[in-house]
Amino acid sequence: MRVCGQIDVAAPPELVWRHIADAERAAAFLQGITRWEVVGDQREGVGTRLRMLMRVGSAEIGGLVEVVEWDPGRDFAWVSVLGIDQRGRWRLRARSERRTHVELRLSYGVAGAGLFGWLAERIGGPTVRNHLQRSVRELKRRVEHEQLVEQAAARRRERARVA
Amino acid sequence: MEPPSTAEAARGNGHAGDAPIARPAPEQAESQQRGERRGGAGNPLGRIARALTSAVSSRIPPADLDERDPDYIRESLPRLWLLASLWFRAEVRGLENVPETGPVLLVGNHSGGNVTPDTSVFTLAFSAYFGVERAFYQLAHNLVLSMPGLALLRKYGTVAASPQNAEKALRSGAALLVYPGGDWEVHRPSWERHRVDFAGRRGFVRLALDQDVPIVPVVSAGGQETALFLSRGDGLARALRLDRMFRLKVLPISLALPWGLNVGDMLGHFPLPAKIVVEVLPPIYLREVFGAEPDVDEVYEYVTATMQDALDALATERRLPVLG
Repeated sequence: MRVCGQIDVAAPPELVWRHIADAERAAAFLQGITRWEVVGDQREGVGTRLRMLMRVGSAEIGGLVEVVEWDPGRDFAWVSVLGIDQRGRWRLRARSERRTHVELRLSYGVAGAGLFGWLAERIGGPTVRNHLQRSVRELKRRVEHEQLVEQAAARRRERARVA
Repeated sequence: MEPPSTAEAARGNGHAGDAPIARPAPEQAESQQRGERRGGAGNPLGRIARALTSAVSSRIPPADLDERDPDYIRESLPRLWLLASLWFRAEVRGLENVPETGPVLLVGNHSGGNVTPDTSVFTLAFSAYFGVERAFYQLAHNLVLSMPGLALLRKYGTVAASPQNAEKALRSGAALLVYPGGDWEVHRPSWERHRVDFAGRRGFVRLALDQDVPIVPVVSAGGQETALFLSRGDGLARALRLDRMFRLKVLPISLALPWGLNVGDMLGHFPLPAKIVVEVLPPIYLREVFGAEPDVDEVYEYVTATMQDALDALATERRLPVLG
């Protein structure tokens, strides 16, 4: 089953990318995702491995994932190595100079689980979609807040320089 | 001396170790031998008892850890998830307290009669959290594994409760879940549902010490509300010599669906949708907390007291039986 959370962020893709590419920062804004941490020495790029868990119903579900696409400012995709079968993707696309469309996609399932697997995917779907949507909303809040802070700091520096 | 706090117990990390398994006490073995002698070769009751014991024993599978099937577990996780999430509205907390790697002895309080929702809920939570690739075994009463139709439990890593199986599982580096209270605790009356009762069984402590593995207490509430458990029927079990024949100390009596009055619970029952809450407590590294030569009785008292405190806290969260 594939679910998606999406939102427009009033910031350039590079700024959004800074938040999603850093696992520690991402862990802070991801909602319902109880663990998102790098495993091993590689911190970024294709081949990076992360432990990911999401609370859905009675269990924290996820596993070990590996980054398979890493295109800074555009795409960050992963697939599962251990745990439930999943593919995830951050997809950033510039709408204008200062606006970015952000999508967080997740496809998941348990191969061979039959009817119960299908049922569980459908019943858990709204919870997962809710987690993703809340995550992109929190990402937007943080990115735009950081941008405001940076702009205010720049204005202060400019005023101090002029004075 | 006051026992150390759980937080103190949790200090330190990284013990390699194994998990404990219930070990029959020497006095139990002697008692069994006495019982067999009393049965006598010429006593018809004794012969019947031995024949039944032999029939059951022959059905108990040998300790084969390879029976565990990660693919089967993965494929059945959605089924367990549906059961846990929709029927039992289960909540599992504190799995991060289980050491990430290495053997560990998970010690739980047991509830729910012969249908034990806490075990299903914990198996789901553990397998989803750590992945089915992490070896995880559970000890079960011999009778459970010899029941027709329950062979699939072995695919989940359920093995017969014996010291050999426990040691083997821990030596393989697996996580091992044991319920020291066993049939005694699982059939306690519903009004004792918030009581940890291991009946003095200390085998799990000796196992943890022998294998030098941390003990991680697993406390659950709600399982004893899936039926109205009235009595263990331990007197009845003794009168029928079930303890000698099948190591059964109880013949429980309960009110349960669909049977109404349910004696023995041998066919299980349809559990009420009681809310199940499971809490995993911080690991206890016995030699760090109790010194190089821990006293078994002191460790037993400490572990059970820690679990009772946690169960009391879970009990205060519950407002109504079944509803939680």
